Amino acid sequence: MPITKEDVKYIAALARIDVPEDKLEGMTKSLGGIVQYVEKLQELDVADVKPTSHAVPVGNVLRPDIIKPSLTNQEALAIAVEAKDGCFKVPLVIE
Amino acid sequence: MNLHALTAHALLDLFKSGKASAKEAYEAVVGRIKSIDPKVKAYVHLSRSQPHYAGEFQIPIAIKDNLCTKGEEITCASRILKGFRSPYDAGVIERIKKSGGSILGIVNMDEFAFGSSCETSCYGPTFNPWNLQCVPGGSSGGSAASVAADEAMWALGSDTGGSIRQPASFCGIVGLKPTYGRVSRYGLIAFASSLDQIGPLTKDVRDCALLMNIISGYDERDSTSVNEPVPDYTRALVNDVRGLKIGIPKEAFVEGLDAEVRRAVESALDLLKKQGAVIKEVSLPHTPYAVATYYIVATAEASSNLARFDGVRYGLRVQPGKVRKNALVDMYEETRSKGFGDEAKRRIMLGTYALSSGYYDAYYLRGQKVRTLIKNDLDQVFKDCDVIMTPTSPTVAFKVGEKVSDPLSMYLSDIYTIPANLAGIPAISVPCGFSKSGLPIGFQLMGRAFDEEMLLRVSYTYEQNTEWHLKKPTI
Amino acid sequence: MSQFETVIGLEVHLQLSTRTKIFCSCVNQYGCAPNTNVCPVCLGLPGTLPVLNHQALLYGIKVGLALNAEINSFVKFDRKNYYYPDLPKGYQISQFDFPVAKKGYLNIKSGGQEKRIGITRAHLEEDAGKLVHDNSGSCSLADFNRTGTPLIEIVTEPDLRSPQEAYDYLNTLKLTLQYLGISDCDMEKGSLRCDANVSIRPVGQASFGTKTELKNMNSFRAVKTALEYEVRRQTQVIIAGEKVVQETLLWDDEKAQTRAMRSKEQAHDYRYFPDPDLVPFTIDYKIIDGVRAELPELPQAKFLRFLSQYGLSEYDANILVADGGMADFFEAAVKEYPQAKKIANWLAGPVLMELNNRKTPIQELKLSPQGLVTLIAKVEDGVVSNLVGKEVLTFMLDEGKGADEVIKEKSLAQVSDDSALLAIIDEVIAQNPAVVEQIKSGKPNAAGFLVGQAMKRSGGRANPKKLNELIMRRITGV
Repeated sequence: MPITKEDVKYIAALARIDVPEDKLEGMTKSLGGIVQYVEKLQELDVADVKPTSHAVPVGNVLRPDIIKPSLTNQEALAIAVEAKDGCFKVPLVIE
Repeated sequence: MNLHALTAHALLDLFKSGKASAKEAYEAVVGRIKSIDPKVKAYVHLSRSQPHYAGEFQIPIAIKDNLCTKGEEITCASRILKGFRSPYDAGVIERIKKSGGSILGIVNMDEFAFGSSCETSCYGPTFNPWNLQCVPGGSSGGSAASVAADEAMWALGSDTGGSIRQPASFCGIVGLKPTYGRVSRYGLIAFASSLDQIGPLTKDVRDCALLMNIISGYDERDSTSVNEPVPDYTRALVNDVRGLKIGIPKEAFVEGLDAEVRRAVESALDLLKKQGAVIKEVSLPHTPYAVATYYIVATAEASSNLARFDGVRYGLRVQPGKVRKNALVDMYEETRSKGFGDEAKRRIMLGTYALSSGYYDAYYLRGQKVRTLIKNDLDQVFKDCDVIMTPTSPTVAFKVGEKVSDPLSMYLSDIYTIPANLAGIPAISVPCGFSKSGLPIGFQLMGRAFDEEMLLRVSYTYEQNTEWHLKKPTI
Repeated sequence: MSQFETVIGLEVHLQLSTRTKIFCSCVNQYGCAPNTNVCPVCLGLPGTLPVLNHQALLYGIKVGLALNAEINSFVKFDRKNYYYPDLPKGYQISQFDFPVAKKGYLNIKSGGQEKRIGITRAHLEEDAGKLVHDNSGSCSLADFNRTGTPLIEIVTEPDLRSPQEAYDYLNTLKLTLQYLGISDCDMEKGSLRCDANVSIRPVGQASFGTKTELKNMNSFRAVKTALEYEVRRQTQVIIAGEKVVQETLLWDDEKAQTRAMRSKEQAHDYRYFPDPDLVPFTIDYKIIDGVRAELPELPQAKFLRFLSQYGLSEYDANILVADGGMADFFEAAVKEYPQAKKIANWLAGPVLMELNNRKTPIQELKLSPQGLVTLIAKVEDGVVSNLVGKEVLTFMLDEGKGADEVIKEKSLAQVSDDSALLAIIDEVIAQNPAVVEQIKSGKPNAAGFLVGQAMKRSGGRANPKKLNELIMRRITGV
């Protein structure tokens, strides 16, 4: 299925990437080429094949419920773009 | 004596006999970096911390820009992480420090490891020490170039689809991608979590075994790390391949493979045969689907892994001048659009598409299923073979700028390296010659899961009977 | 009779009171200074990885078992991808197609009727952080202490048919969850949260109407009121010949109305996929049996047992069972003093009143089961009257003293001494000759009046039985 400009706009919005109008054509084309290439996967019959999400199977990895020290507020905020009142300052959020 | 030109194990011998000190070695390498790196541009920056001289393996090391190192600016060569100083050490960095290793600095890579040429870095490209007009490969291009140019004794890289092996082959050094789960991923900034693995780039096979001894092992902070004992890899270094079975996939030697590369790999095969190995033609019928599978699975995971780079907490934040949607969404979109390079955006978009409603089954789920088929192919071959041998890359290093405008052809050059990541098995690249233009060629060996020892044994045997690893570029 | 039927499904999010967060070792604690319970993992720093808290998984199984659900033998975690500043990784680790539990039910009583409410699923996930609006109104502030708090989301089938049923379900669910001891279930602190899906359809229609989702209710009462409001609104919309729009609405408790969310979030395309950083879990019968062995007796079973084992009234049993602490207290007291009904009366009466007055749970009261039965025994033995007994209880709770001590200190013991009582009785007999005549003429019940009068004069401290005895002897000579 060829990828359309509308698809690209939709994906861009989902991925929170701004694709300006003048770049839309180029992005659609370059994604389209790759999507067309990966279409070859449709040739295979995979109806009875189990998906692999972990190539080396490991299971039931659990952590004991034991408290370890957290960062201090200072350490945490040392990475902050902007901080205020012990918090990470972010643009105004509306519900 | 040029200490910087030595292997780590040669240096350790000198330390032991008192003929050189770790401090001298460290200073020699820093001197080398200062004189050579302006040409090679392997380093993003030198370490902010002073070396400390204690421990068994006081070897200066270069660290890829995606391994969190406390106090260092770690950016994955992306604008979006500019200014991010890691408040913690990755599991492998803890192990390096504990072993006595001194961190020389942080080396260049393709942005978020998206690339095979080191050209997508926000810091600009790194150059191949064998020919400064060529790429060093990628994504661990800085790691490979620094080792090849004697700007580091050894280096750590990461490999998602060939990112250690391909630059190792382009730069004429040894690069190993361990079994998935052998080395902790804690602190490795994820590209594709189910494929990523940290590994060594070294001047020879013995150093590879030594560095594997240091970095391997279980880490309770990584659920996918495997809780199995780690062997002493140096014990696998025996010059003997008699009776070992080497599988040669017939699909590997087909169109697109450079004739010089083909010849070099074939003569390496001949040598191993002469050493007593048994060569067997095998088939990996789903190999033609590996690249497509990889680009679905890897980009899907990447699109989610890179969602955290949103300008909210750390790194870059850009607020556009005028309101488009609302302050928050505008900030997200502006930050991510300005922060990520074109290739990163392309992969994030592709991965988002593969996971999006209505396409999940056709792309992501199908990709995971084909992944099973590819893994089954390999399992089947390993029932009868000890290793599988292929070229590492279909070509030698290409010119800087040659492939940037054609992402698909760049993707296709990962054809030999991708299957090992999809199947989680270990694979190594070993130098096996040079092109007429003087660029290094490498072959790849893949092995059974957790059988890095077999790879090291075959590689070591090859290396003991050749001199490619002793060649040095003139810069 | 309305021409429409209401269809409601509820989603309850419950914070689990594990010691640490679900995927990192930070303390899981409410009410700390902002961004002090955070680490590289829960802040979503690059390179960090989640590891599942064992206790959180066990609690999840426990909830599943308590809700009569199937525990999946294969459990995995998935990423739910969306952007919000309180979500550090840009995705929430949740469970999509293999949740810890599925296909359960909860029996509720609503309007005197028993009803089985289907539980679609219960899945584990991580909580997000908290956003507070800065005073300046120009920015928001993010606190990530809550990020990574283990949550279990319990989703019902669309089985609820009225706001009242929803309310009754929530109360039953909460009680069940409280019994498990896995959460403080405190809506005010946000450890229990509820969203509701509601639609209406003409009576008799099989397919569902268009639903709306209600959020932002901070009490069960508010859930009920919001649902009532929304049912009215949807009814009006349909009667007016318009269509209900599928949307998310926020409940405004003060204005008692709903409003649409201001930020029009785009189509929910969460792009769920298995989290490659976490491995799958195989839950075998050994694990399940281990959790089952720790499962406490649940409220409904306890209720039935209290009826049969102790012969309690439904009323008393309900009150005791409605508070696990109270039920435990009751049983501990019965062990000390085998008068179950009397103890139940005391707990459901005076003790409950004290709890309400003091707004404190029974565990925090200065009263042990032994303390209570000592007091009850005093009343039963006639040392104090019932009325004074209640007074003694109040003193005991105020001062943290035993019944004996209080009775002695305050001189509250009943007067049973014949000579002291006879003096009072003689006065009473003298002042009520008519009543005395009645008794003499064969109406002994009339003595009750004289007992009451004598009691008054004794300041409530006289033993009424003794009084009756003495009065009768005085008048009839028997």
